[in-house]
Amino acid sequence: MNTTVQSLMAEPPGTALPWLATLREAGRTRFTEMGLPTPRQESWKYTNLRALEQIDFGAAPPETVGIDRLPFLMPAGASEHRLVFVNGRYRADLSALDHLPEGAHLGGLAELLERRPDLIERHLGQIAEGEAQPWRALNDAMMADGLVLGLSRDARVATPIEVIYIAAADQAPLACHPRNLIVLEPGAHATLVEHHISLGETATLSNGVTEVHLKDGATLHHYKMQAEGQNAFHLNTLHARVERNAHYDTFEMSLGSQLSRNEIAVRLVGPGANCHVNGAYLMRGQQHCDTTTTIEHLAPHTSCREVFKGVLDDRARAVFQGRIVVHPGAQKADGHQLSKAMLLSDQAEIDAKPELEIYADDVKCSHGATAGELDKQALFYLRARGIPEARARSILVEAFLSETIDAISAEDLCPAFLASIADWLKTEQ
Amino acid sequence: MSALLELKNLHVTVEDKPILKGIDLAIGPGEVHAIMGPNGSGKSTLAYILTGRDGYEVTDGEILYDGNDLLALAPEERAAQGVFLAFQYPVEIPGVANTTFLKEALNAVRRERGDDELDAMQFIKLVRKTVKEMGIADEMLKRAVNVGFSGGEKKRNEMLQMALLKPRLAVLDETDSGLDIDALKAVADGVNALRAADRSMLVITHYQRLLNYIVPDRVHVLARGRIQRSGGKELALELEQKGYSEFTTEAA
Repeated sequence: MNTTVQSLMAEPPGTALPWLATLREAGRTRFTEMGLPTPRQESWKYTNLRALEQIDFGAAPPETVGIDRLPFLMPAGASEHRLVFVNGRYRADLSALDHLPEGAHLGGLAELLERRPDLIERHLGQIAEGEAQPWRALNDAMMADGLVLGLSRDARVATPIEVIYIAAADQAPLACHPRNLIVLEPGAHATLVEHHISLGETATLSNGVTEVHLKDGATLHHYKMQAEGQNAFHLNTLHARVERNAHYDTFEMSLGSQLSRNEIAVRLVGPGANCHVNGAYLMRGQQHCDTTTTIEHLAPHTSCREVFKGVLDDRARAVFQGRIVVHPGAQKADGHQLSKAMLLSDQAEIDAKPELEIYADDVKCSHGATAGELDKQALFYLRARGIPEARARSILVEAFLSETIDAISAEDLCPAFLASIADWLKTEQ
Repeated sequence: MSALLELKNLHVTVEDKPILKGIDLAIGPGEVHAIMGPNGSGKSTLAYILTGRDGYEVTDGEILYDGNDLLALAPEERAAQGVFLAFQYPVEIPGVANTTFLKEALNAVRRERGDDELDAMQFIKLVRKTVKEMGIADEMLKRAVNVGFSGGEKKRNEMLQMALLKPRLAVLDETDSGLDIDALKAVADGVNALRAADRSMLVITHYQRLLNYIVPDRVHVLARGRIQRSGGKELALELEQKGYSEFTTEAA
């Protein structure tokens, strides 16, 4: 075991639950075997973790960090349920869980493990298929807390649930491994909004794993803003299992972190299951943003729409690896994927690797990847009408990304996403 | 009266290739001049050098606008000072609503001219009034800039921008291209409505037919990078009959 692995696995939290101990032990064994991914592995070819390897991350200290101001994305009154996690731990003192409908479980994983371990045992670690990749294995071993959302049959949460994740290292670099579990029984419906930020100048590593299980006809809108600081490393693994006629709709905007990787695996397992997997990213300086998705069609009449659009300035780099797999028997599958990058600098880079694997003969699938500069003709047109160059560039960048944001169904949320683009453009170096 | 726009011995190259080879031209306030010429004569180069597009290099001569060096100004500064180009091919900008674009442009220009910016209500009032006067459908305002517009709609959108920005010098680059006769008339009506004592125009066209509707004070023939001949509006009719052949060969 190398020193990095040791530092990442410092002080593993103990547990009295045998099934959880087993899950943790398996994760520990697997992570120890594999170590951190290297570019020699196909899926990590374009994302190098060297910078991360040089840092000794400690476990997040249990003492509470004072938080002055909570960075909510939703306007006041638009969300009744707010949860705050600091360094991966649920902070009941900062959270509000009023007016939950009948049949809703919402709260912190650690607390629910105490109170209702039976509910958690049934689902935790059950949704992902196959052997865990290293980060998920590490999360299995180290998870201490996270978000749990469970909705019983036909339960609906009327307003979006807003979750804030704050990484705050003081003296020494720290790592946390939030573990989120979302289970919607048939016909249930919810909107979840995640906001990830970090405070301070010390390095943080957030290695989150989210498991989503949507049963027949359930709908989850799942929106995420990743705006962690320049010393942050953000790794996120999401596994979703979408059953008959269920709908999983996700959008993530990535602005922050020196290195981020979002790994999304969606399995459309029941007829009529469908997903929207969309995102936007804005990167500059030497930021690195990796989006790696796998969408599997395992049943007939399943569909997915996937659009990722990004803007890269300076020496920023983005990776898009998108795989759509249509399994035998998944007839009438309908899968469309698109990656579009706008490069504002000669030194910015996008590595796009779209892949389609089709093992059924009656399907409609497409994919595409483009990379280009700002449209010079459009820029001149705007300037010829008196709009200053900097503003003209902003207008064109916003226009490029706005299509992805228009698809967000939670209208109260759109202004925050649009404002984040405008802010990013305003702070252009 | 001194000229609003003065080109003196203007030489322009594009990718090191000489296109304009010594243009002299003076346009007085309120005058409408037409530049006619065959394809490849440098007509569009003239339009772009006046408005500051990248890729055009002045190797000799100068352009004075209101007595000052126009070439020293960025495109947006020229617009603020009243230079307007009606594009031959108006650019489509997906994701930007036409109203948003018009408001941005108008307020940018007002700011530079020292006028107060218009708020949303004031702007909407002004733009509604203007489209009504010009017979343009309101619906064109809501769509993305020029996206899915017909050829005629695109050109009318250019006229709308001109009406809002109130330029002192309007350069109309092949405004008739791609228009059927009804659309051509409608656009020409728009231009004529904007003729004013304090607004000069430079109408660039290949065909004489546009000049039946926008009647110029002066007509210049541009060929082989130079103005070969200038005259009154009757020169346009002469060109219509004889064509450009006498100007396109070195022997002419």
